[in-house]
Amino acid sequence: MDGTQAIILTIITASTPLLLAAIGELVVERSGVLNLGVEGMMVMGAVCGFATAYTTGSPTLGIFAGIMAGVGMAFIFAFMTQTLVSNQVATGLALTLLGLGLSGLIGESFVGLPGVKLTPISIPLLGDIPFIGRILFGQDILVYASLALVVATTYVLFRTRIGLIIRAVGDNHHSAHSLGYNVIMVRYACILFGGACAGLSGAYLSLAYTPQWIENMTAGRGWIALALVVFATWLPKRLAIGAYLFGTVWIMGLYVQAQGLGIPSQFLSSLPYLVTIIALVIISGNKTLTRVNTPACIGQSFVPDR
Amino acid sequence: MKKWLGFAAAVAMSFAVTSASAADKLKVGFIYVGPIGDHGWSYQHEQGRLAIDAALGDQVETSYIEKVDEGPDAERAIERLARQGANLIFTTSFGFMEPTLKVAKRFPDVKFEHATGYKRADNVSTYSSRFYEGRYIIGQIAAKMSKNGVAGYIGSFPIPEVVRGINSFMLGAQSVNPDFKLKIVWVNSWFDPGKEADAAKVLIGQGADIITQHTDSTAPLQIAGEQGVYGFGQASDMVAFAPNTQLTAIVDDWSSYYVNRTKAVLDGTWESTDTWGGINDKMVGMAPFTNMPDDIKAAAGKTTAQIVTGKLHPFQGPIFKQDGTEAAKEGETISDGELLGMNWYVKGIDDQLPQ
Repeated sequence: MDGTQAIILTIITASTPLLLAAIGELVVERSGVLNLGVEGMMVMGAVCGFATAYTTGSPTLGIFAGIMAGVGMAFIFAFMTQTLVSNQVATGLALTLLGLGLSGLIGESFVGLPGVKLTPISIPLLGDIPFIGRILFGQDILVYASLALVVATTYVLFRTRIGLIIRAVGDNHHSAHSLGYNVIMVRYACILFGGACAGLSGAYLSLAYTPQWIENMTAGRGWIALALVVFATWLPKRLAIGAYLFGTVWIMGLYVQAQGLGIPSQFLSSLPYLVTIIALVIISGNKTLTRVNTPACIGQSFVPDR
Repeated sequence: MKKWLGFAAAVAMSFAVTSASAADKLKVGFIYVGPIGDHGWSYQHEQGRLAIDAALGDQVETSYIEKVDEGPDAERAIERLARQGANLIFTTSFGFMEPTLKVAKRFPDVKFEHATGYKRADNVSTYSSRFYEGRYIIGQIAAKMSKNGVAGYIGSFPIPEVVRGINSFMLGAQSVNPDFKLKIVWVNSWFDPGKEADAAKVLIGQGADIITQHTDSTAPLQIAGEQGVYGFGQASDMVAFAPNTQLTAIVDDWSSYYVNRTKAVLDGTWESTDTWGGINDKMVGMAPFTNMPDDIKAAAGKTTAQIVTGKLHPFQGPIFKQDGTEAAKEGETISDGELLGMNWYVKGIDDQLPQ
């Protein structure tokens, strides 16, 4: 395989899980909820996806199980924060702890087993085009799903009535409530969608990225996804740019190291964070627009008057 | 909320698991830094504990605490085992050194064994393994199997243990092909399967046709297997992850040491010692040599035998440092002290050692 092509393919696999998890969290935050449990939902998606694919031999069922695991975890969060009105920050952190512990327990008997790999799709002719064929038409289905999700989320959030309601709930839940919208139900739906995306992202890790289950295999990717949402000022398009920028700098850091140029590896490891933050801060330089895009009610609990 | 937090904490926190109980049995406790399911470092220590159960189960009762953080938590965990009446406690990570010594002071009648440390006391022994012996062997195999003459090496942190492994691998490779090249990527983590996999892909993309690693997950070998590139297992036999491309694996084997030390306590012959065992002491094992021609297999077997008899030492002179200065003359061997603090590369490695 050609060197440049290999690097581009690696960048795509490194960026996809970040984008998947972040796009879900973006919708959650747009509805005014801060769910810090992304890492926990992701790792549960990874273990359930792996376990199901390994047991049934079907990566497709694995993906489905990963999504359901994420939704299940998100439901716990939604019930706690929306129905029982608990503190969102504390509940989110607890969800991460729960996910990390529970996934270890579930995954105990799956450690050290080689998994079923989600094979990339192959399109005849198009996939055979030299160089770009493999990059554009030879990815696994979840890479295309992540990009489709960005487009769909942008469309739904900014071009449809549903999107308008979600943003209204996130910006001012009292007004949305007075207009007759069910704030709690809208938020439930968004939280579950976020969980599905995080679960899918976890399943991507354990089925496509490194097809195996290892405890704590998300290794902090949920937190990176959370940060990307904020720095992308809650805009799906910028989120995609941020995720791919992060992936690119991350892989280039490894590439530069292998060249033996003597740049300290610790510096290269921190570079993706620095570059992504700086780049996103620069593109979201317009303060007024940033304020408009920030969900005003983020992290606040809503209790309807009785 | 509280209920869930409590549940989360209960799941996330470590449990002490005790097997078979009888009042008059010798109690042996283990502290692990990772989950026993890491299929690497802690997993191999757990295999050692199980070996004690198998060999001395009628006289000994073992227990363990897993996922103990290095730091203040460790002291509490070790003390808990001591208070529960453990007679012998193995603390199996470098970062447990100070906590082990502290608890050992308070429990002078309990015997302690600390892995990979260098501080001892009357009731504290230390032990570690000469993994570099295995790295020399895989270096030789790598140079013989590589078509491009380039191997990719995934490192965790530039500490002496890892640098020593890289040097030993390179010396082994150079004994076959003096122009052998090594591309090194540091991932600054012991355990990040995704990043380790990325590093393997990048190295393969740059022409490395052998992948080896000093990190804890099975991911790099799995990538090598997928792309039809040869590789080596780390800490345990990982052949299941690359059935067609794992050449061999360096296997940590604590079983004989653990059984012997437990026997010593039973016999009353235990005393504080410092053990640094290699292949000869059965503390480092080589997984079966696979996926290579018979002559290379035979050569690898021969090198292993020479290391066992002491005829060959991976660090016997002449050895030159990267800057050209002589580290060991012809007929000399680099001392254990120098090996333990190794912070320089041998000649032929292009990478610059992060300081």
